[in-house]
This record gives sequence, structure tokens and C-alpha cells, in this order.
Amino acid sequence: MKIIIATAVATVLGATVAMAGATKPQDVAFEDGAVAVSVSGTAGDAAVGREVFANRRLGNCLACHVNSDMPELSFHGEVGPPLDGAADRWSEAELRGLVANSKQTFEDTIMPGFYIDTGYFRPLDDFAGIPILNAQQVEDVVAYLLTLKE
Amino acid sequence: MGMYLLKTTAFAAGLALMAGSVAQADEGATLVINEELTIATTAKAPAHLENIDEITSGWIYRTKETQALQMDDFDNPAFVFVDIALDLWNEVDGTEGKSCASCHTDGPEEFAGLTATMPRIDKDGNLETLTEVVNRERVEKMGAKPWKYSKTNMASMTALIGLQSRGMPVNVAIDGAAAPFWERGKELYYTRVGQLDISCSNCHEDNYGVMIRADHLSQGQINGFPTYRLKNAKMNTTHGRFKGCMKNIRAVPYKEGGEEFKAIELYLASRGNGLTVETPSVRN
Ligand code: HEC
Ligand code: HEC
Repeated sequence: MKIIIATAVATVLGATVAMAGATKPQDVAFEDGAVAVSVSGTAGDAAVGREVFANRRLGNCLACHVNSDMPELSFHGEVGPPLDGAADRWSEAELRGLVANSKQTFEDTIMPGFYIDTGYFRPLDDFAGIPILNAQQVEDVVAYLLTLKE
Repeated sequence: MGMYLLKTTAFAAGLALMAGSVAQADEGATLVINEELTIATTAKAPAHLENIDEITSGWIYRTKETQALQMDDFDNPAFVFVDIALDLWNEVDGTEGKSCASCHTDGPEEFAGLTATMPRIDKDGNLETLTEVVNRERVEKMGAKPWKYSKTNMASMTALIGLQSRGMPVNVAIDGAAAPFWERGKELYYTRVGQLDISCSNCHEDNYGVMIRADHLSQGQINGFPTYRLKNAKMNTTHGRFKGCMKNIRAVPYKEGGEEFKAIELYLASRGNGLTVETPSVRN
């Protein structure tokens, strides 16, 4: 028993250390829809963010947004506005807020909140209580969006 | 939000960008089946619809190739299943030694018009779907086992019965005893579910006509159900389709044949009141 508990504690500590700088979804501070500080505590990687943006199992942003920076991929959705020049229209903090929870900017939008872990109804078991993207993936996408200038 | 002003122009640019990459069908095309039966693929929205003026069949959002498959019964792969159902129609099953044909001596043609009014309220005041009617007949009249809600035998049989109403206007009742079920269906239609937190209406009312990645969003009408899908090469039931849409938004689907999906089915059927029954349709 003791050994099992000791391992469990170590695991929890390990996780805490790794997450030290991250803000939990429910603790993210929005101001007029914008989020000023990195939710992961570190800078995002735009190249990784580009992958997350396109990946159907991750951001799948392309499902709803045309993005001419990705001509190699077919099937850009049209549900939302094209994201060309997104960084000219929005600041870094605004883009972070849009990715984390766009309902703070656009009330009633169809766009999912990518960094929320409650407030949704009947999630499949595999997705219950977790956000669509983790904190670092949010930052990676934000870093990528910041490259979309016209 | 000043952004909204930008949106329209940006959107037009986006559409132009898309034009080259997707072979879009002509949304104005007319559906004529076997060169004789003209199907109304658009109609004036029924009075109870608050946010839409015109209702449209899912057929108009499909590619020309998929559309063509539904224009001739020899090309329509669903007719393989209609044939399976014709065999089942004549097949004796259960303790009473009967087939459908034993009682319904005029053939499936007897059911012309039925699908156009389903689901409906039964004599006990419950909402019943065509699938449930078929199973009730199997159990009570034939002494046979009920079929699984969305299995091939059931989907084929409801396609055969639906075919008898092809060309007739959808006309389900939503008043009287149906009203509370209809209200429930409407509520569920507008409720956001799943990790993606999206409702049926977000896609099928707010965004029909646009692409969601590789899919051209329709109004999610059910006048062509059960439908043959190229994707899985079988007949797909309404409840099977609802389940698929819910899983896509990472929501736990309601039960096939359960009260929620039955209520949604009634509500969706009523959103198509005035369209033409197209069963069995072809989709991608
Ligand atoms: C299911 C559809 C959908 C998905 C998926 C989606 N969005 Fe959106 N997005 C929208 C819509 C719609 C709007 C416009 C706001 C509105 O009118 O509701 C929007 C707006 C935006 C905007 C501001 C629009 C502008 O002016 O540039 C940004 C930035 C954005 N989305 C980024 C993303 C990113 C990044 C992802 C993925 C991590 C994503 N979206 C996924 C539908 C979606
Ligand atoms: C994220 C978007 C989305 C949501 C939410 C959604 N659907 Fe769909 N649905 C689709 C797509 C994409 C298709 C395939 C293309 C089409 O026919 O629209 C589809 C197809 C359908 C069809 C088949 C239409 C036809 O003509 O074959 C029905 C019926 C339907 N959906 C009902 C529903 C119901 C009921 C809900 C809610 C429980 C729902 N959908 C939620 C995206 C969605």
C-alpha cells in the first residue's frame, strides 16, 4: 500500500512541476475577450501551431476558416471569416482570448472554446473535463496566428 | 464589433478562393427521377419556422455525380436494399407463420402516404416512428422478434415503405397530442452539446450552404431517409445520422429509438413540411 501511495504522490508532484507555469482553463482571466498572459507560461511555437491549426483531431480550424497560408491543404471551410491578415486585425492578447474562448468576444458564436473544461453538456467520455487544446497548443496556435499578416 | 463589417467582404474573398478546389453542384438543379417524377427540392418554409424562409432538400447540396445517382432507380444503389426488403416482405417469420404479405395483400403500395406523415401519435398518445410500427407488426401480428433499430433489414423495410410515398409532400402533424413531443424536439435541436458545444441549428440552420471543411452543409432535412450513403455503402436511418452528427461534435449520442431522437425526428420532419418525400435518397 505504502509503495503505491508513494508512487501516486510522486506522479502528482511530477505533473504539478511540469504544469507549474500553466493557468488552468477556469482561471484564465479575460478582459473584453482578451487574455494578456500566456496560458502555458511559455512562448508558443508558430511552426507547431500551424500543425495544430490544420489537424482534424486538434484545432481543425481549417474546418471553418479559409487560410491562404495553407494552399497545400484542400477543403478550407467557410463557416467563419478567412483568417488571412488576422494578426493585422487583432492583438496577441485578443487572439489568445479568441482561441481560448471565443464566446468572450463573440457571444453565441458557433466557434468552440478551445481552452475550456466545463460548461459543455454530454461530452463523450474521452473528452469530458478536458479542453480541446492544452495550454501549450493554445500558445502555439496564437504564435502561428501572429504570423498571418497581409 | 467593427469586425462584422469586414466579415462580408472577407467572406466573399474566401468563397472565390474555394471555387477552384471543390466541384460544387448547381444548387438550382431540378430533381427529376426516371425522367418522369419531378421532386420539389425547395419549398416555402412552414409557418412554424422562425429563422428560414425557404426549405431545401439535402440533394441540392451534393455533387453532380451524387445527384445523378438519385435521378434513375437503376443507378440508385439504395434499390439493392429495396429489393432485399421486397424479399423480407414475403418471408414468413415468427410463431404465427406469417409474412407482411399474408396480411397486406395489396402489397407495399398499400402504404402510399404513410411515410409522409411519420412520426405520428399512436392510439395511446405516444409518439411512434415507422420503425416502431414495423416492429409492432412483427411482434404482435407475426410473433416474430423485433429487428434492431438501424440494422439493414429494418432500414431496408422502411426504405421500401418510404418509396411508396415518393413524390408526395411531407406533412407531419405537430399540434394536439403531438405538440409536447414537437416542443421537446425543438428544444433539443437548439441545445448545444458535446465538447465542441454546438447545436444542430448552429450547423443546419445558421450555416447551410457553406463548406465545413470537405462537407457542404445542408439544412439537415430528413425527407430522403433512410438514405444510401456512399461513405458506408448501406442504408442509413435518421437516428443513425443524428448519432453520427453528435459524435462529430464529441457529444454522447442519445439512444436510437429513444425519446430524444424520436422527438428530434418529429421536429425535423416538421421542418420539412412542404418538401417532397425522396426516399430512398443518395448522399455522400
Ligand atoms: C465550427 C466553426 C469554427 C471553428 C472550428 C473555428 N472557428 Fe474561428 N470563428 C468562427 C466564426 C463563425 C467566427 C466569427 C465570429 C462569429 O461571427 O461568430 C470565428 C472567428 C475567428 C477569429 C476572428 C475573426 C477574424 O477577424 O480574423 C479568429 C482569429 C478565429 N476565429 C480563429 C480560429 C482558430 C485559431 C481556430 C482553431 C483553433 C478556429 N477559429 C476554429 C468559427 C469557427
Ligand atoms: C458541426 C456541424 C454539425 C452539427 C452540429 C450537426 N450536423 Fe448534421 N450534418 C453535418 C454535416 C457536415 C452533414 C453532411 C452534409 C449535410 O447534409 O449537411 C450533416 C448531415 C445531416 C443530416 C442528413 C441530411 C441529408 O440530406 O442527408 C441530418 C438529418 C442531420 N445532419 C441532422 C443533424 C441533427 C439532428 C443534429 C443535432 C443532433 C446535427 N445534424 C448536428 C454537420 C453537422
